[in-house]
Amino acid sequence: MENDLNLKATELRLGLPGSDEPERQMIPRPNKRTLSDIVSEGSRSTTEEDHQDTAPPAKVQIVGWPPVRSYRKNCLQGKKDEVEGGTGMYVKVSVDGAPYLRKIDLKVYRSYPQLLLALENMFKLTIGAYSEREGYNGSDYAPTYEDRDGDWMLVGDVPWEMFISSCKRLRIMKGSEARGLGCV
Amino acid sequence: MPKRLASSLSDEVLEHVFSFIQSEKDRNVVSAVCKSWYEIERWCRRKIFVGNCYAVSPEMVIRRFPQVRSIELKGKPHFTDFNLVPDGWGGYVLPWITEMAGAYPWLDEIRLKRMVVTDESLELIAKSFKDFKVLVLASCEGFSTDGLAAIAASCKNLRELDLRESEVDDSSVHWLSHFPETYTSMVSLNISCLGSGEVSFSALERLVSRCPNLRSLKLNRAVPLDKTANILRLAPQLVEFSACTYSAELRSDVFSNLAGAFSNCKELRSLSGFWDVVPDYLPAIYSVCSRLTSLNLSYATILSPDLIKLVSHCPSLQRLLVLDYIEDSGLEALASNCKDLQELRVFPSDPFDAEPNASLTEQGLVAVSLGCPKLQSVLYFCRRMSNAALVTIAQNRPNLNRFRLCIIEPNTADYLTGEPFDVGFGAIVEHCKALIRLSLSGLLTDCVFEYIGKYAKKLEMLSVAFAGDSDLGLHHVLSGCESLRKLEIRDCPFGDKALLTNAAKLETMQSLWMSSCSVSFEACKLLSQKMPRLNVEVIDERGPPDSRPENCTVDKLYIYRSVAGPRFDMPPFVWTKDEDLALRLSP
Repeated sequence: MENDLNLKATELRLGLPGSDEPERQMIPRPNKRTLSDIVSEGSRSTTEEDHQDTAPPAKVQIVGWPPVRSYRKNCLQGKKDEVEGGTGMYVKVSVDGAPYLRKIDLKVYRSYPQLLLALENMFKLTIGAYSEREGYNGSDYAPTYEDRDGDWMLVGDVPWEMFISSCKRLRIMKGSEARGLGCV
Repeated sequence: MPKRLASSLSDEVLEHVFSFIQSEKDRNVVSAVCKSWYEIERWCRRKIFVGNCYAVSPEMVIRRFPQVRSIELKGKPHFTDFNLVPDGWGGYVLPWITEMAGAYPWLDEIRLKRMVVTDESLELIAKSFKDFKVLVLASCEGFSTDGLAAIAASCKNLRELDLRESEVDDSSVHWLSHFPETYTSMVSLNISCLGSGEVSFSALERLVSRCPNLRSLKLNRAVPLDKTANILRLAPQLVEFSACTYSAELRSDVFSNLAGAFSNCKELRSLSGFWDVVPDYLPAIYSVCSRLTSLNLSYATILSPDLIKLVSHCPSLQRLLVLDYIEDSGLEALASNCKDLQELRVFPSDPFDAEPNASLTEQGLVAVSLGCPKLQSVLYFCRRMSNAALVTIAQNRPNLNRFRLCIIEPNTADYLTGEPFDVGFGAIVEHCKALIRLSLSGLLTDCVFEYIGKYAKKLEMLSVAFAGDSDLGLHHVLSGCESLRKLEIRDCPFGDKALLTNAAKLETMQSLWMSSCSVSFEACKLLSQKMPRLNVEVIDERGPPDSRPENCTVDKLYIYRSVAGPRFDMPPFVWTKDEDLALRLSP
């Protein structure tokens, strides 16, 4: 009787339908007291992006912490949402060897050359030109991105519109590492 | 027996002498000398400051001080800024305006902070005070551009209109146009909080061009660059200016127009705004940088290299507000260039991200503490800290009077030793003997409170979050800090014992806020019974605290001294020991 009911199909759990990932446990941090956490309205949802992170599990946002005034939060947030009237498309950009990340709004750019120039200016490095056959061979750095399927691709491999809609985050790799990613 | 001096001076002479005494505190001392001085002083007091609008009633103020010209009121608790106080809590200014409209026809200055101000209140102000000059609404809400229109239309002698960080509803009325063409008295105008629909450029330009005494102008972010340049050219006498510099890309004609406009402003000392600024436009302000004493870049997403260039042009800087994009390297540049720096505030560009957005650590603050001998006031958000750094800062800068450190992740330990920050903050309070304001963060045990109680004798305001182990922590602070006026605590294991033991102390303070701590409703009722001149208000949106088991702790607690008794405008989620429904605000 239970087999016919197929309980598993209707089971509530985290993860996309069809995926069989087990429910993620919240790992308590050492030295931490239990906090009276309340998820604030603005908290980001824990998507599969965080599953693949080696970083600590997604934080639950605490109301009123850190103590940044609503006025200031709205100003910074307002800026993020103001781009071209729609919501921005923010992705994290990391550079191998740099200790911190930046965030950029992909919607601001119209083409690969514009994006690459911005990255060069932001991180003070040279990326050089993309060629279909050789990728970014010849430059010290190669821009890569993680797409929706979790694969790491070389920036420039796919048409711009496709890139914009599938890019989840950017990573500027040291040239040597990126050579393996050259297009097939 | 020689005649006592006090009785040989006539009232007029005394009044004349008192007129030189401006400070509130000194005036209060004067009035306590003897009955006749009390009488003379109360008739000639012109300026009133009420730090908590519920501590006293407007009738009481008017009864004692019949000839007031200037009033400053503060309403909601400080933690309202961080969304910890639900909407509708209180802080309504209308009852005050209503009483003062009748009693103080010559009132010319009203300054409000964290209060609910309605259009009705603004219309009443416009109607009642013939010589009205100064209106400052800081972090206020509840009014629209309709109310502003009433002020603009009626207040012929208005000198100052400052809406800093208030929330204003756009009623679509062109309120700026309500200033008559004959109006020329504006000295200070701050409309930086207004949305884009709420300011008409042409009305603004006409207003600016006919007000020759305009010294401070803070515009809102919707003003485009070419308009900014125009306005500056109309008001080259400005001392303070705030404008956004929005643009997609550098245009040389716009740039040179802007640079030219700035170079005319020989009196400019303070700049702020800079939302959406494109770094390429920054050199347009270089001509004024050497004279700048105050710079607020805390809304500008400029990165470290551009910030370093900018800061190196500003050797006279006394006050800098900036985002963590400045990074340690930028703060090192600040330390070597700006020897007059007194106040530094570094805000987080991405406060909710677990990973650091910029290379800003404790090193930057240490560098500034070493390089800037006049540094007194610090507000610093960072993601890592060490006791060694705090001790160094304390030893370098014993002249600090305000120190607010926010280590973003709660319970973060010293990154070098894994220890709590007891020793580090202990050094701060021990060395900085003039410290009046302190905010703690990071991993902290009861020990830090022992140091604070022992050393922080001048401390007036303390903010605590996610700290301490037991009631002993709170007890140390309440029993040791002699000058304490405001204490705000969240998410600490402090409970009934420390509160009840130190009940008497609470009457010497302005207010105590405790949220997500371990205080029971029983203790609140007991405290309220013991101390009739304290208002003990429990904020709990879950329902009547009485209906929950006795050991259940209250959500939020706000205790403040008052000579006005319990307030009459409490919303349904505020609970006191009295079940009297007449004290509730009727829906």
